[in-house]
Amino acid sequence: MASAVESLPILGNHPTDQVRACDTTTLPVCLTAQKFIKLHAVAAVVFLLIGGIAALTLGLTRWPAVHLLDAQWYYRLLTLHGLNMLIFWILNFEIAVLYFASTVLLNTRLASKSAAWVGLVMMTVGAIMVDAAIFGGKSDVLMTSYVPLKASPWFYLGIILVAVGTLVGVINYFATIYIAKRDQTYKGSVPLVVFGATAAAIIAVVTLLHGAVVMIPTLLWSMGIIENIDPAWYRITWWGLGHMSQQVNVCAMVSIWYLLGTLTVGSKPLNQAVCRGAFVLYILFINVASAHHLLVDPGTGSVWKIWNTSYAMYLAVLASMIHGFTVPASIEVAMRKKGFNRGLFGWLANAPWSNPGFSGFFLSLVIFGFGGGITGVTLGTQQINIMAHNTLRIPGHFHVTVVGGTTLAFMAITYYIVPLIFQKDFYAKALCRIQPYLFGGGITLMALGMSFAGSYGVPRRHWDIEFTGGLFATGFDAGAHVMLGIMGVGAVIAFLGLLLYCLLVVAAVFFGRPVEGKPMEAWNEEPRGQIDAEEVDEHKTPGTLVIVFVFLTAFAVYYFANWMWLSDLWEVR
Amino acid sequence: MSIYNPPEGWLQAPKGPERLWIGLALIWCIVMSLAMPYWHFYGKQNASGESYRVSAVDYGTRVRQFVEANTVGEASGIPIVEIPPGGDGYLLARMWSFYPVIKMKMGQTYRLHISSMDLQHGFSLQPLNMNFQVLPGYDHVLTITPTSTGVFPIICNEFCGIGHHMMTGRIIVE
Repeated sequence: MASAVESLPILGNHPTDQVRACDTTTLPVCLTAQKFIKLHAVAAVVFLLIGGIAALTLGLTRWPAVHLLDAQWYYRLLTLHGLNMLIFWILNFEIAVLYFASTVLLNTRLASKSAAWVGLVMMTVGAIMVDAAIFGGKSDVLMTSYVPLKASPWFYLGIILVAVGTLVGVINYFATIYIAKRDQTYKGSVPLVVFGATAAAIIAVVTLLHGAVVMIPTLLWSMGIIENIDPAWYRITWWGLGHMSQQVNVCAMVSIWYLLGTLTVGSKPLNQAVCRGAFVLYILFINVASAHHLLVDPGTGSVWKIWNTSYAMYLAVLASMIHGFTVPASIEVAMRKKGFNRGLFGWLANAPWSNPGFSGFFLSLVIFGFGGGITGVTLGTQQINIMAHNTLRIPGHFHVTVVGGTTLAFMAITYYIVPLIFQKDFYAKALCRIQPYLFGGGITLMALGMSFAGSYGVPRRHWDIEFTGGLFATGFDAGAHVMLGIMGVGAVIAFLGLLLYCLLVVAAVFFGRPVEGKPMEAWNEEPRGQIDAEEVDEHKTPGTLVIVFVFLTAFAVYYFANWMWLSDLWEVR
Repeated sequence: MSIYNPPEGWLQAPKGPERLWIGLALIWCIVMSLAMPYWHFYGKQNASGESYRVSAVDYGTRVRQFVEANTVGEASGIPIVEIPPGGDGYLLARMWSFYPVIKMKMGQTYRLHISSMDLQHGFSLQPLNMNFQVLPGYDHVLTITPTSTGVFPIICNEFCGIGHHMMTGRIIVE
């Protein structure tokens, strides 16, 4: 690492006394940025805990043998869960990541301290407003708040405040990159992690503009100023916010994969052009993927649906498949260079699995790819969506992308953020080491239960699959009940992993031993392999090739099996 | 290293296994892209989204006329209404029921209209697990051919308020 650091100008554009050199990496840390990284990270964890407690009650309600909540509280806490997890936890964490990537990696100060305050305050006030509106009892509309379901105006106003606050943070990020360029604080092209974060930020701007376009009229409608909102228009525009924000998460997650690969095993991208090109594909081709929430909707025709699903989506899928190769391949090359050069998988078996930064990152990669990627593309196929729309297969998919993928990656990077940015030591490191396995394992089990229950037709967002009080007796196969039980067990395990994460982070941040002035204690000993003298070819990655071939086979089997099941249904057009 | 500025000359074509994988992934993406238009023309299950704007009042009138002309029985206090083969049937979704019970014959093709009187609803046909969105203000037309017989529950799978879980209906196929 030392040689690369020397190539950075030491001073950057930092005002005197507003910068410190990291005791571990020697990277320059802007103290203003550090403060806001900390504040956003703490806010993120608070919202994660709120959403997590809600998640536990939901899992225990949909587990038929438990059926914990009554109908009203089920839908109320489901609304709370979606917004706190998908919006407040993730956006706060992403702003922290953006402030880190721009200032630390480009050796610059944060562009505007006051803008950072404005963003933080708006996001926090907005989030509290939304949560208060939900507990106030007049906003049981779920996260999507599909019109003409109507929430209290405070609900929509809160979401608008969060969105605009986030936009302020994102603009501050672009301004920071601008002053870094202007002040020449770095040479050449920006690092890959900054490039990926920028892709996330660009998509975030488009996403948040969609949010403004849909939420401002909806707010006026809930106040009685506008008479009517077209439900089809609402759905297409809302998903411009709802789906694209997931692509922000994917970009942020992939950037963190690259970051953690470097921090944990010192990996470097095989080919910078390929990795960057894949990020560009995300920016260009994801913007109409909101279409695959509308595949069985009235109002849009087949041509619109097929074009927007395939043209746009599959080039973004290509991008994910590229990262799915380059990330493990870079780990393989780095580990082979450390001397683990025997066999197909010696590099993987000897990876630092006891380092929660590594295990969390690699589990995130596997869960996102094998679980989320394969199901997402298949369920998002225009016709196959007939068998998936609004069933539990959908949350079964997105809990392995945005939770098993993004949230787990964010948890993994936390094991570096706390010692390096908060400069605090973790307690109970043995528990830290098992936390990613507990959370990743639980969420995978839960999503499997959801997916299979959904294949039986079990709907999502549904309080009682016995349909008590309905006009016609209706129910599901016993197999569906077994799957919902598996989902419930997975949800409990995942919640324990989440609770453990929150406790470990709170204990370290507020009560941890300060570690200022000395390098971070490494999570694992530097791996040292058999020291094969032979040179490692940087383009030879046989182990990763086997992994991606297994992936492609699994993908094809699942994909064509779904077409086969579809052909058994009634004919419809 | 992904956290440092890349060395100059980083813009290079991929080599070796990376190049192989990008090629394979691209081919797979193209296959998946072509599968959808293929199925649109040659497959039997498509969601073409045929729909027309309609007011709740007008749609209610059509449902009433359809029920008056074609009722053949009653189940749970709801009329059972048989669609003439090749004809148009009207299903009405509202908080929290589907009205009426629809009767069809296997192998015949029908135009089944669905719309909502109030909120958004989901038309989910069980145990086949066929799902379509129902919006107020839109007459969603499914040109549908039952290929099996029996009594098929319809459930709502779009959240529509506190009684969402009670919203059920029936399609009978002979």
